[in-house]
Amino acid sequence: MTETKITEEKAMPEAGPVEPAGEFAAQKPNGAAARKVVDRVTEFGEETVGEVRCENPFVISENVNVYYGDNHAIRDVTLEIGRSEVIALIGPSGCGKSTYLRCLNRMNDSIESARVTGTITLDGRDIYSSDLDPVALRARVGMVFQKPNPFPKSIYDNVAYGPRIHGLAADRAELDDIVHTSLDRAGLLKEVKDRMDEPGTGLSGGQQQRLCIARTIAVNPEVILMDEPCSALDPIATARIEDLIDELSEDYTIVIVTHSMQQAARVSRRVAYFHLGRLVEVDETDKIFTNPQHKLTEDYITGRIG
Amino acid sequence: MRASRKNSREIVEAGLARRRRKEAAFRASGMLATAVGVIFLGVFFATLVMQGASAFKQTFIKLDVEMSASVLAPDGKLDLAYADFDGLVRNALRKEFPDVSGRSERRELYRLVSIAAGYQLRDMVAADPSLLGSTSTIWVPASSNVDMLIKGNIDPEIDESLRPINDAQVAWVESLQENDRLETRFNTALFTNGDSREPELAGIRGALMGSFYMLIVTVALAFPIGVAAAIYLEEFAPRSRWSDLIEVNINNLAAVPSIVFGLLGLAVFINWMALPRSAPLVGGLVLSLLTLPVIIIASRAAIQSVPPSIREAALGLGASKMQVVFHHVMPLALPGMLTGTIIGMSRALGESAPLLMIGMVAFIVDVPGGFTDPATALPVQVYLWADSPERAFAERTSAAIIVLLGFLLIMNLAAVIIRKRMERKW
Ligand SMILES: Nc1ncnc2c1ncn2[C@@H]1O[C@H](COP(=O)(O)OP(=O)(O)O)[C@@H](O)[C@H]1O
Ligand SMILES: [Mg+2]
Repeated sequence: MTETKITEEKAMPEAGPVEPAGEFAAQKPNGAAARKVVDRVTEFGEETVGEVRCENPFVISENVNVYYGDNHAIRDVTLEIGRSEVIALIGPSGCGKSTYLRCLNRMNDSIESARVTGTITLDGRDIYSSDLDPVALRARVGMVFQKPNPFPKSIYDNVAYGPRIHGLAADRAELDDIVHTSLDRAGLLKEVKDRMDEPGTGLSGGQQQRLCIARTIAVNPEVILMDEPCSALDPIATARIEDLIDELSEDYTIVIVTHSMQQAARVSRRVAYFHLGRLVEVDETDKIFTNPQHKLTEDYITGRIG
Repeated sequence: MRASRKNSREIVEAGLARRRRKEAAFRASGMLATAVGVIFLGVFFATLVMQGASAFKQTFIKLDVEMSASVLAPDGKLDLAYADFDGLVRNALRKEFPDVSGRSERRELYRLVSIAAGYQLRDMVAADPSLLGSTSTIWVPASSNVDMLIKGNIDPEIDESLRPINDAQVAWVESLQENDRLETRFNTALFTNGDSREPELAGIRGALMGSFYMLIVTVALAFPIGVAAAIYLEEFAPRSRWSDLIEVNINNLAAVPSIVFGLLGLAVFINWMALPRSAPLVGGLVLSLLTLPVIIIASRAAIQSVPPSIREAALGLGASKMQVVFHHVMPLALPGMLTGTIIGMSRALGESAPLLMIGMVAFIVDVPGGFTDPATALPVQVYLWADSPERAFAERTSAAIIVLLGFLLIMNLAAVIIRKRMERKW
């Protein structure tokens, strides 16, 4: 801790003649600003600042690297995510938040150029081991996407789809029950209970996103991944989703990518700040926002990087 | 600052007139191009209808036929296969024109009526043997030359030697007309008969059935294979040099001249696999090769147009690749696949060149009753009739083209309707 403090102070003087680390010295054409950012990262070594470990860890990533062909998108990320905790991933566009999130349910498998190294365990089991079927994994780790993407089917069928393919309901009554409770938990039941047969695509954006959340929790997952779930929504719909996340956090481990600092502050217990594929800093939410340890984190949350 | 802003406004305004002129010129040329296209199409349809419409009518002659037993059963026994029904027609004609004498004159007289008249009488007697000995008034088809004369396709004013119908025959026809013994009616033979050397007997049913059986084979093969190939290439095949090569080849295949597929069919299906010549089965096989690339390309485009977010949603819920494809991608891509298939089918329906290579150009009188019966197809029938010297076949050629175009129109309309109806918004 103290060590990082010192280095940070060393990095503070903006125009100071910081000696570029040897590795980057040759990369003159990058431009001064870009090089400075890179320098700061390397200056900290590749260590993440803050507390990557947590009590009662549920999803543990150790030295995770992701490559898209030659593009090294995630660099050596180590992070523990606790049981029933909400953790927010923040950082500038293209820093690898979505990529890291998609590692957790192996959605990167469907991208041909993507390659993942390191280990990720869910409840102690390696999710990349060859005897684990990604289909089973995704039933335990649900995902809500940036743009609401209901199926072009009825509201009922949208929610019933997951339980159907996994055979979670023994009969129609049980399926009805799952659909109703899921919609209820997603706070959508009141609005749609009289039009379950209408297409899910006919709902408003906020309703569609809650439908997607209902669809996800209908499979009864343990972890829910959310990739900027509110970025396509208006402030009122956003507020409803945030309340919903709060309620869901009692039962689910939630990993949420967000661009909104307020949102991260409102819903999460911990915040992880990514920068150029590195996990720069991770800590309790109020610590990150009131007293960030890393210069980059501070720059980001104060709006200097964006 | 201000001055320069004003200046730029002036420049913009000065250029406006020129911009508008250019736009007007572009619009005018676009309209001209469209008009040229529409005019050509209009001329094409107009001549087709003008030439072909009369083929849907046929001239009939009213005769009082005596089913004389002495002609039909001279030795007391009626044998339908050998009985001289044509003799009855000849007798009836002689009775209608008692003044006509002399062998050659009479022969000219007999030529007014189609040989179909004899068949018609035979069918009547076969259905009701009690007619034997009675006299009935029936309408029989006129010969094609009379038909052409009535329809105005033969000009009676020109020199006798220049027309297939002589002055005496013209006079007889006129007399029949005066006695209300001549009438034009709807030409059902065109739709119920197979091909014939006699134009008034020739119909498109054989060709229609041939085309029908071929298209069944084509749909049954090309649709499942094409869709399966498209799904495999889009959803499962790893992107590699091989898949690129396959893609290029499929696109090339779509552009291969159709006659090449006919040669392939001849070599593979007839010479090597020893399938029957002239059969709709072989025609259908060749046409499925021809339409396969069209269907694959259309189906791939349809699959590509399914938004990736739908796939991700299903994958994220734990659907397997197969489930994603069959629960989500297929239903959304199906309208596009069907449209592509119908367009491929309408191309297959209009295809003649490859069928020539596999012997479907033969003169076939019988209407095919199955996939291995010898048959022709509609466009080949058009080709055969267009090649016939008789004037009456010219109008039948146009009629066959009208029917063919009718089917093509229906198919393309179906494609549009399917696209409109089934396409979902998301
Ligand atoms: N499907 C992909 N194929 C290749 N590169 C990708 C793909 N998705 C993301 N990347 C790259 O990975 C890096 C991280 O992207 P991403 O995880 O989407 O960032 P974020 O979600 O933080 O904006 C970017 O450089 C991006 O270009
Ligand atoms: Mg992202």
